[in-house]
Amino acid sequence: MWWRSASFILDKQIQQDEKEDFKPESLTSFSLSSSATPLPMADALPNPNFNSSTHDNIPKVSAYYQTRAAHHGVVTGDWLAQAQAAVCRDPSIDIPPPDPHRNSSSSDSGKPFSVIDEFNSWRRQPDLAEAVAAIRALAAVIRSSEATTMMELEIELKKASDSLKSWDTTSISLTAGCDLFMRYVTRTSALEYEDFNSAKSRLLERAEKFGEISYKARKTIAMLSQDFIFDGCTILVHGFSRVVLEVLKLAAQNKKLFRVFCTEGRPERTGLLLSHELAKLDVPVKLLIDSAVAYSMDEVDMVFVGADGVVESGGIINMMGTYQIALVAHSMNKPVYVAAESYKFARLYPLDQKDLTPASRPIDFGVPIPSKVEVETSARDYTPPQYLTLLFTDLGVLSPSVVSDELIQLYL
Amino acid sequence: MDARRTSRTVIDPKIRQVGFVTPGAPPDRTQSGPPESSSPPVADMSPAGNSLSPVMIPPPRHASDNLLLHASRAVPPISPIRRPGDSIAVGSYNQSDVFLGTSPTTTISPSSKIVDGEFSEELMSPGWAARGGNSGKVAASSFPSGGVDLMPVKSNIPSSSLTTVSVVNLPPGVSEKAGKESIEVQNDRAGSSKPLKEKTSKAERRALQESQRAAKAAAREGKAAGGASAAANPGNAKPANAAKPPPQKKDSASIAASEKKGGERPQEKDRKKEVPPPRMQFDDKSRVEKAKKRAVVKQTEARNRVELFRHLPQYEHGTQLPYLETKFFQLDPMHPAVYKVGLRYLAGDISGGNARCIAMLQAFQQAIGDYSTPPEKALIRDLTAKISSYVSFLIQCRPLSISMGNAIRFLKSRIAKLPINLLESEAKATLQSDIDRFINEKIILAVKVIVRHAVSKIRDGDVLLTYGSPSAVEMILLYAHELGKQFRVVVVDSRPKLEGQLLLRRLVERGIRCTYAHINAISYIMHEVSRVFLGASSILSNGTVYSRVGTASVAMVAHAFRVPVLVCCEAYKFHERVQLDSICSNELGDPDVISKVPGRKDVNYLVDWANNENLQLLNLTYDATPSDYVSMIITDYGMVPPTSVPVIVREYRREQLWI
Repeated sequence: MWWRSASFILDKQIQQDEKEDFKPESLTSFSLSSSATPLPMADALPNPNFNSSTHDNIPKVSAYYQTRAAHHGVVTGDWLAQAQAAVCRDPSIDIPPPDPHRNSSSSDSGKPFSVIDEFNSWRRQPDLAEAVAAIRALAAVIRSSEATTMMELEIELKKASDSLKSWDTTSISLTAGCDLFMRYVTRTSALEYEDFNSAKSRLLERAEKFGEISYKARKTIAMLSQDFIFDGCTILVHGFSRVVLEVLKLAAQNKKLFRVFCTEGRPERTGLLLSHELAKLDVPVKLLIDSAVAYSMDEVDMVFVGADGVVESGGIINMMGTYQIALVAHSMNKPVYVAAESYKFARLYPLDQKDLTPASRPIDFGVPIPSKVEVETSARDYTPPQYLTLLFTDLGVLSPSVVSDELIQLYL
Repeated sequence: MDARRTSRTVIDPKIRQVGFVTPGAPPDRTQSGPPESSSPPVADMSPAGNSLSPVMIPPPRHASDNLLLHASRAVPPISPIRRPGDSIAVGSYNQSDVFLGTSPTTTISPSSKIVDGEFSEELMSPGWAARGGNSGKVAASSFPSGGVDLMPVKSNIPSSSLTTVSVVNLPPGVSEKAGKESIEVQNDRAGSSKPLKEKTSKAERRALQESQRAAKAAAREGKAAGGASAAANPGNAKPANAAKPPPQKKDSASIAASEKKGGERPQEKDRKKEVPPPRMQFDDKSRVEKAKKRAVVKQTEARNRVELFRHLPQYEHGTQLPYLETKFFQLDPMHPAVYKVGLRYLAGDISGGNARCIAMLQAFQQAIGDYSTPPEKALIRDLTAKISSYVSFLIQCRPLSISMGNAIRFLKSRIAKLPINLLESEAKATLQSDIDRFINEKIILAVKVIVRHAVSKIRDGDVLLTYGSPSAVEMILLYAHELGKQFRVVVVDSRPKLEGQLLLRRLVERGIRCTYAHINAISYIMHEVSRVFLGASSILSNGTVYSRVGTASVAMVAHAFRVPVLVCCEAYKFHERVQLDSICSNELGDPDVISKVPGRKDVNYLVDWANNENLQLLNLTYDATPSDYVSMIITDYGMVPPTSVPVIVREYRREQLWI
């Protein structure tokens, strides 16, 4: 069926030549980004929610996408301006946001520890997912807590996680990760220990274990998905997902012969970044503009995407464009695989595209847009489960309907 | 959906391989451990439910099934005390099993029946106890060991101690008369035994197997058992219908009940032993006859029934109510509260799944309050039997909804779980508070939670469509209106019940903007709708929504228009059954109401439709909506996709039974 012959390997030479042509170009385009990487992670990223609510002159940007942009080193002109502006305003804004959290998170002692700071310091590690950073930050809350009873500790933890969640409401994985952590840590017999200290250490142990599992999730997923990548296959990838990259990396290490089609991923051009990474691995890669998906779908054997969040219906919320790719793949009977860590499982159930918390990001059209023209700035869309084939998670390879099974077992 | 399924078939083996690789303790799995491990006992709780073919409605009598199991198991310990021989013990055990389970089946050869007939004829004068002994003697002759003569007497008694102890003091006249007929009984049974086979439950089948295994060794015993049951038969035949002997062994059990508390009594012991078929198949003539004889409510069968739906009961409406009213003082075992509820079901006063369920539970609560254990009886068994008799009365008034079946199952499991040493008053108080808790937590609170979830899916400017008058949806709409959401409601209705008008009235009173349409206009009105909210009578394991007739077409049209369909249903209405169509289990309404148009005297084309052989009217009550047309199910455990119904059933069945 879709087990194609590896005929494209014959074309490898040509590909190689093309890549030679392509490489310097890509290098130049990325030199900009690499030089800009240290810049965006300006020491204290202002609280985006705060930012957007008070300063109306700045277009609303979801914090989640700011972080992503920083991590991926993809810089748009708008974003640069944004970051610049943020840095300029830094002293005026930076003080207020931590204050309410500081009050709430350490009400008992008034010590200077803040979850947000902790979270941000973890987040600065480029390889660490936001949710894992949150999990580490929450573990730090337990460690530094001066609570003397279990109840106190639990309340403190709850407050910390709430402040983390409210810090960025647009990030699904942050919210889901916090919720999961709370579930995993507090839903244990540890809370019934008589001795507070042993209970606390047990809690800490659990928290660290959870952090460890979450951290390793990507590796697990990469291992699980190797069975699905066969020699001679063509994989269409949309957006830049660290999990997907990990999967492809491992496949390349395992000496599998495959080629990758990368969509461009406007406006952040995340596809460019991914193609760059893949080219480093010597994987034949081809860049498509986002509108060329249907055109090249007949060559594609499988679609591989990451996810911002996996919702209860089994569908995913992911970068804009995933839905249409899934629709095209579905109509051409190509499997759509989603790689997502289990901490992205969220208790959400969107009924349609508009039924999401809006997350917007700036779009650079390169030319000035008349003010009367409206621009769709939504950064992500919802792909219903019927268009997905399988989900690769650290819990195993799941069909979309199992997601709700896991969520029910977890939350109820 | 298609993609999901096809792709899964391709990849299944790989999943398995992958599962092996998965790390042992992912965070979530460890959490889910306990509920998973504890689910098996739950499954054990309802043996009959498991043994049923997927299509049938399991009987709401699992507790009694259990009793049956225990009863048949309880026999052997008694017998070995009296007899040393192992083979004998097996024999006696076997015998009891045969008595309970296999006698109506074809395993008894015609010859054995003749023998049975001889027994009962020859034995009619000495009475029951002697008869037991005699039939036993014949059985005993097959045993090699000496001194076994007496054994069968005992062995017969243990088995009958559960079934026919009270028969011992049956008036001799009865048994004599009955004895004369017993040959007829046997002949009749030969004819009717085949169709009866279907009714064996798991327990009975097991008994059957065991007995068959031992049949060759103890063939006579089988006969003796047959004799016993044959002898038992006529006892009941008398009160029911002396002229026409009942075709079924089930009646043997009913002797006890009828003997104890008058002929009208609907056989509580009967319930305990005989495992009724999942649901009466009303095209099975012999069984219908039988059921009629036992029935408290006199129902007249409607004529001209639709071919495809002959297995469902259809009665002529309007005849039962006066009849029941006249019977009020003769039906002494029925508690007045239960009686009242039954009559109200019959009259159609109470409708809607929740209302019916609450009414039933409250009636049971009163009945339990007034209950006192008869001497020499255990509360647990007697009360279960009593509840069963109430339930069968209610079934005769109107077939139970699945939600009621679940509630009954809950109550019975509570009764069965009562500590044996509890005082009667304490037990009663516990049960009453359990019922209260069920009503509060599973119904009232559940609806509140559903409302809270559902409101989050209503946005300003929405146009919501609902069909019929689902109580949960009504509360959702009212609550959303209270919250100040701006939305419009389309109430879709259908003949003949026109329940939507009530809902419409209540909504308009609150100042909600409404549109009223009949289901004929559904494809027109669906253009403007942004959400469809539906209620459900039950949701089955495959995600099928079993609901008011017409729901399926609304859901399908909504699906075709890409409008999300949200089904609101409390989790206690979920059922582990799977159903693919709305034919095999449904409820037939009064066909007359669809032939008449109220307020239109001129529409009288179907006045005497019943006399026309070629015309059949069908008034269905429910239909089944495939899960493909349902976007979301809102339940008290949150918002879940239809594929998660079995998960909830699996994870919370335990909780539902134990609370």
